[in-house]
Amino acid sequence: MIQSSASPDLLTTGSRGSRALGLFSLLGIAALLLFAFGLTEPDIRLHPTTGDEIGQFDAVRLLYLHVPLAVCTYVAFFFCALSSACYLIRRTPWFDTMAYAMAEVGTVFCGLVLMTGSIWGRPVWNTWWEWGDVRLMTTLVLFLTFLGYLGLRRATHDMTASARRGAVVALVAVINLPIVNRSVEWWENRTLHQKSTLGDLKIQDLTLFTLILGFFVFGLLMTWLLLHRFRVGWLERQGAEHRLAIAIIERRADADGGNLGMVVGDIP
Amino acid sequence: MPVIELQDSVVLLGRFPALTGVNLRIESGETVLLQGPNGAGKSTLLHLCAGLVAPVSGSSKVFGFDLSATKERQEARRRIAMLGHDTGLYIDLTVIENLHFWARAAGLDSELSKERVDGATKRLGIDEGLFDLAVRLLSAGQRRRVSLAALIVRRPELWLLDEPHAGLDQAGRDLVDDLITDAVIAGGTVVVASHDLDRVGLLSGRIVTLAGGLVRRDEVI
Amino acid sequence: MIRLFLDARLIAVKDLRIEFRSRILLNQVIPFAFLVLVLFGFALDADQPTLRIFAPGLFWIAVLFCALLAVQRSVSIEKADGADTRLRLSGVSPVAVFLGKSASVFAQLVVLEVILSIGIFVFYGSSVKQPLLMIVTGLLAATAVASTGTLYGSLASGLGARESLLPIMLLPVLAPVLIAATRAFEEALGNASVDGWAWLGLLAMFAAVATGFGGLAHGVLVDE
Repeated sequence: MIQSSASPDLLTTGSRGSRALGLFSLLGIAALLLFAFGLTEPDIRLHPTTGDEIGQFDAVRLLYLHVPLAVCTYVAFFFCALSSACYLIRRTPWFDTMAYAMAEVGTVFCGLVLMTGSIWGRPVWNTWWEWGDVRLMTTLVLFLTFLGYLGLRRATHDMTASARRGAVVALVAVINLPIVNRSVEWWENRTLHQKSTLGDLKIQDLTLFTLILGFFVFGLLMTWLLLHRFRVGWLERQGAEHRLAIAIIERRADADGGNLGMVVGDIP
Repeated sequence: MPVIELQDSVVLLGRFPALTGVNLRIESGETVLLQGPNGAGKSTLLHLCAGLVAPVSGSSKVFGFDLSATKERQEARRRIAMLGHDTGLYIDLTVIENLHFWARAAGLDSELSKERVDGATKRLGIDEGLFDLAVRLLSAGQRRRVSLAALIVRRPELWLLDEPHAGLDQAGRDLVDDLITDAVIAGGTVVVASHDLDRVGLLSGRIVTLAGGLVRRDEVI
Repeated sequence: MIRLFLDARLIAVKDLRIEFRSRILLNQVIPFAFLVLVLFGFALDADQPTLRIFAPGLFWIAVLFCALLAVQRSVSIEKADGADTRLRLSGVSPVAVFLGKSASVFAQLVVLEVILSIGIFVFYGSSVKQPLLMIVTGLLAATAVASTGTLYGSLASGLGARESLLPIMLLPVLAPVLIAATRAFEEALGNASVDGWAWLGLLAMFAAVATGFGGLAHGVLVDE
């Protein structure tokens, strides 16, 4: 799984499998961009009564990125919570490394969801941020919560404590999610916002294909990122264990070197 | 069954290996002096025996409880009293409030707690006039006495004392010696980490020397 | 079981007694709360009708900021002289410690809310239309914030960065509490008709989950 090249200092988390995966992801993204920004039509519909042209126009192209990114984010966070729960039950480092990797990749994707959502929203809603969109708001809270998770894990130096505490925070975040969603939804309904969303679009033929391609491509990309992030986490853990073994040897040797009798004095 | 049984115990403080493979066996009723240069791991060893830190490897048992399992660690703690570098007192509460709190926390009901607190304050020579003073108003030596009183109330089977004489005047040091003797007479086990070889050496039956996180010498006197 | 509640009560009484002696709530937190209300006044508008509209939200934001202080204080009194270590050694169950400390923070938050209510009556000219709704909201929100805060306070303890870490960890999780409590207050203060009692259902659920999960986390998950 982990190869080292000719020089032992160069350790890479890449492997034949991951390079193939990376290549396919790259090709996939190229294809997706082609379809999303080239081959598909902008969303132009005719208003039923006035006959004007309405719709999201070219902004709809961003949805081919935004929606798959959102699905990937939620999948990542879900598996993060699952791994965290498994870690708390079994206490094996594999689950902890996986949870951390999922959280980090998920947070990056979450940030991208918010960005693409915001850019999409500008032409469609006429603002950079729409407080009225339930999904966007819930995703924002989720993003902030996981920033807290990452902050906590980086600040905790003890590996076991970091794993345990992180697991609790991840579980709280996911348990809190439906509550956050429900509260934001009720809050929005109060203000009677009617916002143009995914539901308005005609999704068929080419648009459907592009959307599915998006899911597939971002799924590949996320898997590739997870693979590398997991391996980095694993190597970090092994590195820490290695350093510990050395530190133990050095510490014991320290005491051997000095004159113990002189330091502690002789017995009366 | 030995009170403390450690085999190749390794304990981490953050990333630093404080104990690098301790082997130690202490039977009930022993009085052991733990000595060694600063940074040898004496305090960590006491923390391990108190069940406050979990070992990362090796076998560590206190009163037969496995210290690497949470529930067992918590069980072991009930029979142990540890005097560390801190006083473990709430400085905004009065002396008597602190003592009653720690007695109740140890599981004593209010009558028993009153009785034992009375006994402890007399034993430690804590004047009644100090009872209603907030701990923040006491001197370091006085705080140490209150801290010890809070421990006596628990009647522990194992005493772990980390530099108990440090910062005390002559009378205070003599008092600590008396307490150690009390504990021994009551059939308890006492482990004292100290640089004061002359004083504690006389009280102990055994001297364990620690350095670099390992036991280097272990001699019965 | 009985032991658990007795120990929790012991801890709660101890914390409240310390608070009573040191008067941190009275001397520091409550003035800070008033300060926040006044600053909002400066920042928004000098006319009461406008402030009245925002009063529910401003009230709960002030409560959240003060809750951070209360939780930080709750954690630091244990850390101060190694009392937390002694507490661990004493045999008191971690769940009891959690319940006791949450109860203490809860009590302080309730006092804070009462005083802040007077604050918004005086400064913003708010008035109560549904006192029962207001009281129940206050109690439920205080429970939710106290439990969640105590859990996160212990998760962030022992870390040098605790002061800056606690807010970023705790506040996003409390977003639903802020939303629900503000809406309920809007109805209670007569600002809007939003079915405040439905929002209370959400608050109650949050409070229950927070307390339950917090206890579980202290008993089983974050073991020491």
